[in-house]
Amino acid sequence: MAAALETKGLTKRFGGLVATDNVSFRLEQGARHALIGPNGAGKTTFINLLTGVLTPTSGQVFLEGKEITRLRPELRVQRGLTRTFQINQLFPAMTPLETIGLAVSERMGSGSDWWRVIGSRRGIIDEIVEIAQRFRLTDVLDERTSNLAYGKQRLLEIAVAFACRPRVLLLDEPAAGVPEAERHELLATVAALPRDVSVLLIEHDMDLVFSFADRISVLVNGALFAEGPVGEISSDPKVRAVYLGESVDE
Amino acid sequence: MQSNPADLVRTILSRKGRWGIAEIAFWLMAAATLFFVPERHLILNEIAIVGLFALSLDLILGYAGIVSLGHAAFFGLGAYVAGLLAKYGLEDPLAGLGVAALGAAFLGFSTSFLVLRGSDLTKLMVTLGVALILGEIANQASWLTGGADGLQGIVMGPILGLFEFDIFGTTAYAYSLTVTFVLFVLARRIVVSPFGLSLRSIRDNPLRARAVGIPVNHRLVSIYTLSAAYAGAAGALLAQTTQFVSLDVLAFHRSADVLLVLVIGGVGYLYGGLIGAVVFKVLQDIISSWTPQYWQFWIGLILVLLVLAGRERLTEKVRALWPRSKSRLMDSSQPLQTKPAREI
Repeated sequence: MAAALETKGLTKRFGGLVATDNVSFRLEQGARHALIGPNGAGKTTFINLLTGVLTPTSGQVFLEGKEITRLRPELRVQRGLTRTFQINQLFPAMTPLETIGLAVSERMGSGSDWWRVIGSRRGIIDEIVEIAQRFRLTDVLDERTSNLAYGKQRLLEIAVAFACRPRVLLLDEPAAGVPEAERHELLATVAALPRDVSVLLIEHDMDLVFSFADRISVLVNGALFAEGPVGEISSDPKVRAVYLGESVDE
Repeated sequence: MQSNPADLVRTILSRKGRWGIAEIAFWLMAAATLFFVPERHLILNEIAIVGLFALSLDLILGYAGIVSLGHAAFFGLGAYVAGLLAKYGLEDPLAGLGVAALGAAFLGFSTSFLVLRGSDLTKLMVTLGVALILGEIANQASWLTGGADGLQGIVMGPILGLFEFDIFGTTAYAYSLTVTFVLFVLARRIVVSPFGLSLRSIRDNPLRARAVGIPVNHRLVSIYTLSAAYAGAAGALLAQTTQFVSLDVLAFHRSADVLLVLVIGGVGYLYGGLIGAVVFKVLQDIISSWTPQYWQFWIGLILVLLVLAGRERLTEKVRALWPRSKSRLMDSSQPLQTKPAREI
């Protein structure tokens, strides 16, 4: 079976700097895969190459076996590759209801429908409700997004990506900056994502990585440094040295 | 508190397209002016036209976040097309209006690709440049446009073959108001549609809009073209109802004035352009009869105060004086503390 997402020899140079260095990576169907690496390891560049914000210098990207290396970002989304952002990228003046409704109606192909009111199409309301419940947003649906608590905004951030009904979901530090009190709710929803969505988690928080992922890839200086099951990576002394920040002689 | 979230969602969504009492009152009042203040029909005609022009700017600025300093390009093109058509034989106003709007739409579509690249500053300069170029072409092509003397000899036929234009401007005003109303209804429909919602999302955060799978450029081209058509229609109305077109329709101050009108009335608010047009014209009328030379001083002062104080804050204060709007929020059984974003 084709991998959900795969890269072959992916490389990106900015002048003399090699930000992504010959990365060949596989995200299996239904995977819970974490991508970790120290600051400046090139995680963000890698994500931007996957989503199409940047075009690679060389190498290829495949989504479910089909090459998407030069496909425009919005077309990748329509094919089922969506992401969340490390820093919230929401629509501050819109409500969660509108935000989710927007994503759902775009996915249903009625985004250029200029005549009907949002939600007049059948099925759209049920889907909005389902997503709102899954991400615990039902009680704030009609509030301005900019007025939501930070934890709710993080939930909305994932809900929007989920509303595009992705096959592959890239979660970029979903819990970053969420206060302790709201953290549990967020982690619970992330853990409850359906298994038919393959998830790549980019994360700094090791607790979250260990509780969520079953495989880990370590990126250092733009290149894949190590990859394997959680137990193997967490006990790998090399990885501990470069990333986990623990001394090798422990 | 809520029995069923699906019902809640349905209620909120169905609320969007519904006309409020204030809106109906607004249009009834506008219609009433047709019968009650015949001596003001000439200026009311101008107000309706400026209102439509500002509405067209709002579609791109308020709803899609595209800044423009050259919106007069479309207004002027529409005016010249309508004027020339009437001069050279097509005397039917509605046909002229349609052709003028199409012409402006075509110009909008072809320049949209220039406008969509770059920062806000680039957009301001490109739109300004396009309007300047058009202004100079109209100036040079005096064999066609009459140049600085203006386009004369426009003869308009009766509307629908029934209503002749009269010297009091009553037919003209009824015509402009009707066209403005019809185009307003269309715009109102558009802004609450999924298409309109996607425009607002692009305005708020183009990065995320792309990440939701929205073809951002495609949508912006569409709304820019539509906005150009609206501006062209406004220009055509001016040419047809005054039966004269001068270079003034393409002048920089037209682009600037319409921006002013929209800021006075409220950006991203469909009634903003219309209210702004009323306020602007009435102020102009009052101030210039009081102190003819210095009216721009006062309008400038008002503009500065308005922008610094923030129109949002001012309208919130006015709204607070209106206890009914508050109580309506209360008994609508929504669990909201804060008002959601305004969209119409």
